[in-house]
Amino acid sequence: MRLLISGGRLIDPGQGVDDELDLLIVDGRVEKVGKALKPGRGGETLDAEGLVVTPGLIDIHVHLREPGQEYKEDIASGTRAAAAGGFTAVACMPNTSPPCDNRSVTEHIVKEAARHGFARVYPIGAISKGQKGEELAEVGDMVGAGVVAISDDGFPVMSPELMRRALLYARHFDVPVIQHAEDLGLGTDGVMHEGEWSTRLGLPGLPGAAEDLMVARDLRLLEETGGRYHVAHLSTAHSLELVRDAKARGLGATCEVTPHHLLLTDREVHDSGFSTHTKMKPPLRSEDDRQALLAGIADGTIDAIASDHAPHHADEKDVQFSLAPFGIVGLETTLGLCLDRLVRPGLIELPRLVELLSTGPARALGIAGGRLAPGDVADVTLFSTKRQMTVSPARFESKGRNTPFAGWKLRGRPVATLIAGRRVELG
Amino acid sequence: MTDSPWTRKDLLGIADLSAEEIEHVLDTAESFREVSDRPIKKVPTLRGRTVVNLFFEASTRTRSSFEIAEKRLSADSINFAAKSSGLLKGESLVDTALNLQAMAPDLIVIRHGHPGVPHMLARRVEAGVINAGDGAHEHPTQALLDALTIRQHKKRFEGLKVSIVGDIEHSRVVRSNVLLLGKLGAEVTVAGPRTLMPVDMESYGVRVVHSIEEAVRGADVVMMLRVQLERGARMAFPSTREYFRLFGLTRERLKAAKRDVIIMHPGPMNRGVEIASDVAEGRYSVILEQVANGVAIRMAVLYLLSGVHQEIG
Repeated sequence: MRLLISGGRLIDPGQGVDDELDLLIVDGRVEKVGKALKPGRGGETLDAEGLVVTPGLIDIHVHLREPGQEYKEDIASGTRAAAAGGFTAVACMPNTSPPCDNRSVTEHIVKEAARHGFARVYPIGAISKGQKGEELAEVGDMVGAGVVAISDDGFPVMSPELMRRALLYARHFDVPVIQHAEDLGLGTDGVMHEGEWSTRLGLPGLPGAAEDLMVARDLRLLEETGGRYHVAHLSTAHSLELVRDAKARGLGATCEVTPHHLLLTDREVHDSGFSTHTKMKPPLRSEDDRQALLAGIADGTIDAIASDHAPHHADEKDVQFSLAPFGIVGLETTLGLCLDRLVRPGLIELPRLVELLSTGPARALGIAGGRLAPGDVADVTLFSTKRQMTVSPARFESKGRNTPFAGWKLRGRPVATLIAGRRVELG
Repeated sequence: MTDSPWTRKDLLGIADLSAEEIEHVLDTAESFREVSDRPIKKVPTLRGRTVVNLFFEASTRTRSSFEIAEKRLSADSINFAAKSSGLLKGESLVDTALNLQAMAPDLIVIRHGHPGVPHMLARRVEAGVINAGDGAHEHPTQALLDALTIRQHKKRFEGLKVSIVGDIEHSRVVRSNVLLLGKLGAEVTVAGPRTLMPVDMESYGVRVVHSIEEAVRGADVVMMLRVQLERGARMAFPSTREYFRLFGLTRERLKAAKRDVIIMHPGPMNRGVEIASDVAEGRYSVILEQVANGVAIRMAVLYLLSGVHQEIG
């Protein structure tokens, strides 16, 4: 099967390419990249005139909620949301019910994802059995079944001993340890960032220091253990500085940030009138933190933008702020938000955004993708930087409607995704 | 009262109000004050109107004050207390709101332990919503009755030195008060142990100090706050004995204030913790006047939110 994607602007950070180039795909793999290519006998052509063609976008931090919480999301709806958002692959966190802390849950996720085929799914296994933070889970067995990283996301690894062992043990399988970096002993009852707005709203605060302490501790351990450590949804200026320093010293540290931490601050809790769609962990931080994160995506310190897609049922979010669960959806808003609010105002260049959404995430997890060189599997995303979209939660593919971005008008939107050269149809 | 600047459906917080609106509530309250001095303490102003008092948190003072205000205005009032409400049976707040809405009340007075609940309710119901305290967020009628008391004694707010002392972190009273006093031009100082001072308190435009002596010095008004032991203040200092030694208002400490200082307290007091008994009952204390003014303020707020004034206009 031959497919020519012609006339688009091809951006491939994996090879440093940014040019008007055609992409020829044969039998699901990249055959050739070049000017004025022909599809060849029996080949089809996909006209990408006016569009940007990139390696398939990868969201390395999503919650698909299956097994166990299918009323919030399932693998089918979550991967449909991924495809609608321009992503060809997602890495899903293990805090399901039961958690993905053993081979059989991993196998279920892999099988379900393959059956639907809307996006590739890379399961992340739990660090500890039951995500209880006590004993290591069967990491080797899970890696054998397809797990690409380990994390107790949602439950920070509080025990330094367990974190040390996780970092050491993960080296056997060359998978990164992903930490939800938060010292739960500080700001225990917190529901929003501790600062001017928590004070004004009378809401208990989550101090930025709780994240900084955990990142500092873990990086110190990483120095002893070696291996790979990845900070999930990094949100403070201080912890970014710690990661920057660790990288400079050659440690295997990487980090991701979310679009909401790049675009919103704690003030939003006030301005939205206590909307529970402004409640997530880590919380929306201060403007200083936000500015530091923006500098971090521009200067290369930050490896990936990830949505932390966390669907919740409307009934769960439609309660008093203090009681609402943490988290918002993001698969269907990330690309549009980044194009409109990061690239359009010139905070970063388009190739850098593509890197943060494809090559960077692939590298952080050590998975395939993020590059379109001859022989590579042809996972491709096509998007427009000109077409408009209005964020309409009612039309999301995700079951989750919990977003603070409803009604935002964005210039730039996903157009199509291809997995192994086959266009994903949502039907 | 025909040219009323009041057009709001709800009173959710002082943060929303302009100085003009605040003054208007105070003026309206003054006109209601004399009702409480009559032998028959009742006017027909809200006859036929239904007011629901929805208290999810224990409250004697505020609830009685609202209830008395409602009765003196001839409103039909209904009380829901947390113990008998659906919420304890697992009903969500949204369902509680929808059920109340179906009964078509005119006004709902709500006290809740969580910040923002009155705001959530106000978005769901057609009735006017009065925030009678939401967690550590706001307590607007308390700040209004405090302002009325201050105005009666000091006649002005501009340049007035008001010091608020105590457990700042857990207090909704202080948050509403610094907003209100700031809008009316008072010079506000807040004081308390560092462990009970929320971050960035200065962002309100107030002076923040950590000694009661500094707060009392030259003050026109000293407002003492209750130490909210039940809300976790206990972790913030070693003992109530030590708290009183460091931050308790005593006659000795009061000497540094202006000669005509007034002492306020929103109640309920912990005597011997934040305030000495002889100060609470002493000649500078206006604590019981605050309580009396509370009824007048709540009458004014109920009246303004009922829309009756616009119908007359």
